[in-house]
Amino acid sequence: MKFAVVVFPGSNCDKDLFFAIKDGIKEEVELVNFQETSLDGFDAVLIPGGFSYGDYLRSGAIAGHAPIIPAIKQMAAEGKPVLGICNGFQILTEIGLLPGALIKNNHNRFICETVPLQVMNNQTQFTSEYEADQVIDIPVAHGEGNYYCDEATLKELKDNDQIAFKYQADINGSVDYIAGITNKEKNVLGMMPHPERALEKLVGSDDGLKMFQSILKNHMDRVNQ
Amino acid sequence: MTLVKVYVTYKKSILDPQGEAVKKAVHGMGFNDVEDIRMGKYFEISVDGDSPTVKEDIETICDQLLANPNMETYRYEFVESEEV
Repeated sequence: MKFAVVVFPGSNCDKDLFFAIKDGIKEEVELVNFQETSLDGFDAVLIPGGFSYGDYLRSGAIAGHAPIIPAIKQMAAEGKPVLGICNGFQILTEIGLLPGALIKNNHNRFICETVPLQVMNNQTQFTSEYEADQVIDIPVAHGEGNYYCDEATLKELKDNDQIAFKYQADINGSVDYIAGITNKEKNVLGMMPHPERALEKLVGSDDGLKMFQSILKNHMDRVNQ
Repeated sequence: MTLVKVYVTYKKSILDPQGEAVKKAVHGMGFNDVEDIRMGKYFEISVDGDSPTVKEDIETICDQLLANPNMETYRYEFVESEEV
């Protein structure tokens, strides 16, 4: 399976994601510059955390107009896995692949700690290796991770099982404690916590590894069908 | 040239923690009559005001980049450059 990791000016988790694929699940991975216009030949695209364009204007707003974006939208339309983590989640909401928006943490502080997350839907290609309702330990590191959507959107997220992960406590003001959501088709996932920073017990948790294993397993199942 | 002033603000329903922090500082200065402060963004765009699509262009720029309709609204005004 071949993964693309998109690198924007100001991305800073691109190499973590690169090694999550290369060493974590031992698959093929390439860093793809934001100025590229094609993702042909890739089976999945990963949008890393960081501060693209210094978070100028709004987090993810300027990256949302980069040359690579149409190719990411095309991957999503083709049903291929698209995963955005932290700033990647912010970019996915900015380009309309996911509903809602990420605004400043309600307490105005940057939070950087490992938090428990509940797996709300283990029937997606990103989460199938987790148990239903499993609680996993994944680091967060964000100042603008406060997920906001209106009531109607929240109802839609619930009705369609689009909430993938929830925090166990109100850490940043997010609506309904939401930490990660998918699109309706479940092939686009955005999440504020960093699974790529939780691949080895040595660094505190290896609970993130199963996300990458899920993506790989579901891809292989599709290929072998 | 025409100057377009664009103001982007959070919708009323959106919490503005930065505005809250500024308000607390203002109260700290002793101005306790201040009830609320909301922070927003302000843009000055210089553009050919005679272009027939100028209004439409500004709205597209606002809708697609300057404001996020999920949480923000915007308003704009045209100012002839002589007045600037």
